[in-house]
Amino acid sequence: MVDEKLKIELGKQGILATTIQELYNWGRRSSIWPMNFGLACCAIEMIATTMARYDMARFGAEVFRPSPRQADLLIISGTVTKKMAPQVVRLYNQMPEPRYVIAMGACAISGGPFKQGYNVLKGIDRYIPVDIHIPGCPPRPEALLSAFIELQKKIDAQPLTGEGRPRFLDAEAQGEFPVPEPGEHDLEPASNKGVWPVPVVIR
Amino acid sequence: MIKIVSKLGFGRKKKPEGWNRPPVIESGEEGELLEVAMGPHHPSTHGVFRMDLALDGERVIRLKPEFGYLHRNHEKLGEGQSYLASMPYTDRLDYICSLTNNWAYALAVEKLAGQEVPERAEYLRVILAEMTRIQNHAGSIGFLMQDMGCSGTPLMYAFREREKLLDLFEKLTGSRMMCNYMRFGGCRVDATPEWLDEARKVVAGLPEFVDEFEALLRSNEILMARTQGVGILKQDLAVNAGITGPLLRASGVNYDIRKVDHYGIYDRFDFKVPLGDHGDVYDRFMVRMLEIRESLKILEQALKDIPAGPVMDSKAKIRGFRPKPGEAYGRIESPKGELGFYLISDGGPNPYRYRVRPPSLINLTVLEDMALGQNVADVVLILGSVDIVLGEVDR
Amino acid sequence: MMTVEEIKTAIDAAIPDAGVVIVPNPSPSGQHSLRLDPRHAIKVAKFLRGDAELALDFLSNATGVDWPDREVAEKVKVTRPVTKTVDGVEQTAEETVEETRKRVEPGCLEVVYHLFSVEKKHGPVVLRMRTVNRTDQVELPSLTPIWRSAEFQEREIFDLFGVVFTGHPDLRRILMWEGFKDHPMRRDYVDPDDFDYEPTAHDAVLVRAQEHRAAAAAEEGTGAAQ
Repeated sequence: MVDEKLKIELGKQGILATTIQELYNWGRRSSIWPMNFGLACCAIEMIATTMARYDMARFGAEVFRPSPRQADLLIISGTVTKKMAPQVVRLYNQMPEPRYVIAMGACAISGGPFKQGYNVLKGIDRYIPVDIHIPGCPPRPEALLSAFIELQKKIDAQPLTGEGRPRFLDAEAQGEFPVPEPGEHDLEPASNKGVWPVPVVIR
Repeated sequence: MIKIVSKLGFGRKKKPEGWNRPPVIESGEEGELLEVAMGPHHPSTHGVFRMDLALDGERVIRLKPEFGYLHRNHEKLGEGQSYLASMPYTDRLDYICSLTNNWAYALAVEKLAGQEVPERAEYLRVILAEMTRIQNHAGSIGFLMQDMGCSGTPLMYAFREREKLLDLFEKLTGSRMMCNYMRFGGCRVDATPEWLDEARKVVAGLPEFVDEFEALLRSNEILMARTQGVGILKQDLAVNAGITGPLLRASGVNYDIRKVDHYGIYDRFDFKVPLGDHGDVYDRFMVRMLEIRESLKILEQALKDIPAGPVMDSKAKIRGFRPKPGEAYGRIESPKGELGFYLISDGGPNPYRYRVRPPSLINLTVLEDMALGQNVADVVLILGSVDIVLGEVDR
Repeated sequence: MMTVEEIKTAIDAAIPDAGVVIVPNPSPSGQHSLRLDPRHAIKVAKFLRGDAELALDFLSNATGVDWPDREVAEKVKVTRPVTKTVDGVEQTAEETVEETRKRVEPGCLEVVYHLFSVEKKHGPVVLRMRTVNRTDQVELPSLTPIWRSAEFQEREIFDLFGVVFTGHPDLRRILMWEGFKDHPMRRDYVDPDDFDYEPTAHDAVLVRAQEHRAAAAAEEGTGAAQ
């Protein structure tokens, strides 16, 4: 690793000193294209984040792609209901690696204010792995920008080999997550135990 | 070849005997229909909403809407908690216009309990409701243009003004979108004179925006070619199907609940109700544009005349609020249509039955009628002109 | 705008033995309602829509209400013959005793309609209809052929309450998915048990959460033992 001051000195001379991991991750994190996926109220704040006042395009989210095949980031904005959950998991399966998920708002994290609901899924991380959670109801556009920057920092810190490498460089990692089926009273299965182990409450 | 076999109630002069069914359009060759599920994830379905289309080439033969992808059992929650605890949940019904939802619920509960509202609170309610109407209609026009392919530029103009109004909401109520501001018997917090001055400044700057917005869009060739004559809704069908809001007025029916029910203090303000002639998408777009101007008129008058005084009725009970047994139905003219709340009280702190009459759901009754025979691309426009919000459709 | 009594008189004049009953509303809103007999509901509805003075051409709201079975305790005076011994002689006399009897009043499902008039700009007129019981006789006539706005709302009442509307053109579930078996808005509906973990549980949720914790601890115990 090159010392920061030395890097800046060399940079003034027109020499770029970096590692392949830094360069690779810099390219990946500076062009995250989210998918056009809004479920409920948080979607309006997400749209407001892309508008002129809190412009998200300057962070790399240049366009919102409607098709999952062309998107890198799935921002779950709004309540995920049990009727909608299979479609969300299917969309997530259709996204090519590398893909990230931001759970925006209280409803996507844990069901939110509608937790006591027969049709509300108590958090999307029951079925798909989530990278960043943003609390709030709805979170301010600045909070979404902050989460986006956190995601960028997380991508920067991902090593290319070894333990914490991203899924697409790991041959054994699970790529496709099982889609739940609507049952008679509830979704079957109620959660994906591989993704969401039941937390033990320590009292 | 498509041959229209029977037209019941669609374009006839005599009122039909049966209910107003959509016309049956038979396709020439059997088994040639393409079935497409549009949604729930689609760039232009305004939320998680699915339409099962049966197409003959590009023409729509059958359209069945499917909802429930955002059903968050708001009504069941309302039964399990007190009247006041349901107020923040009403914000999340029609999540773009949270203050009008609050007002509708407060109005229904005030009818149920027989509560009075002080004058300054009524003025504040009108001011906030009209601001909500302006930002909703501007956003709706922006979303309609985005469906048409404008890639967000009119939406950016609309959201620029919306941000100014949201700043005002945040200064007064504490939140940009989910305001939770109205209470039974008035409003939660009084507006300071500084807030009123700032509101006057913002409202003074809005007519320029509306002029610019309208001038850029009104005679746009593409808009006119794509929306005139598309998705026509006839008056009889509209009234029979329970349509309310700009959708009804664009078909030429003069029914604005602000003028009919005389709720609040709308009688004191001088404003007109814009009506459309043809009932197509262009008329709905123009009705919304003109309604923004009428709302500005109301705002100017209200901000000038607002009196001093309390904002909460002194006799209003906040703790231990138990209205007498009975029921009440209260409704207002929300930007989407008639938003009504039906409450049954059994004397306890929680309502026995808490029902929301959703304008967006009932406005979708005629989606099939408007879209039959049109192209698939027009279906997107028709849906955009109905202006639905899924939080309200599914509750 | 006619009062409820005037509307009832008009209906009775047009349709004899329509079986319309006024249901008073004790709250300050003053919105009294008319209970219809399901057998004559369509005729009454057509009259209300077509009448020149009422012209109720706009159905605004259709609501379902669940009135579950109620246990009613009543005090009843019962006369019983009682045998008493008086001065060594057996006598049979009649005695009046107050007894508390419990009976179950059967519940029903109710549908409430709010009607307005766009032509005359008046309203609301509130109509109600009750089913016979909550279990097997849950049919009611659909008012969709008369007011098309009831189409989606009656589907929702069917979905969430279970009222079957005869004459509805397309009666299927609207908010829940097709294979769903329950009617969630009923008062006796039990939520599915998907609260695996709840940090601030109380009441019924706390009971369920404790069951889950016990099951998870037992599973962990057996896992550790293995």
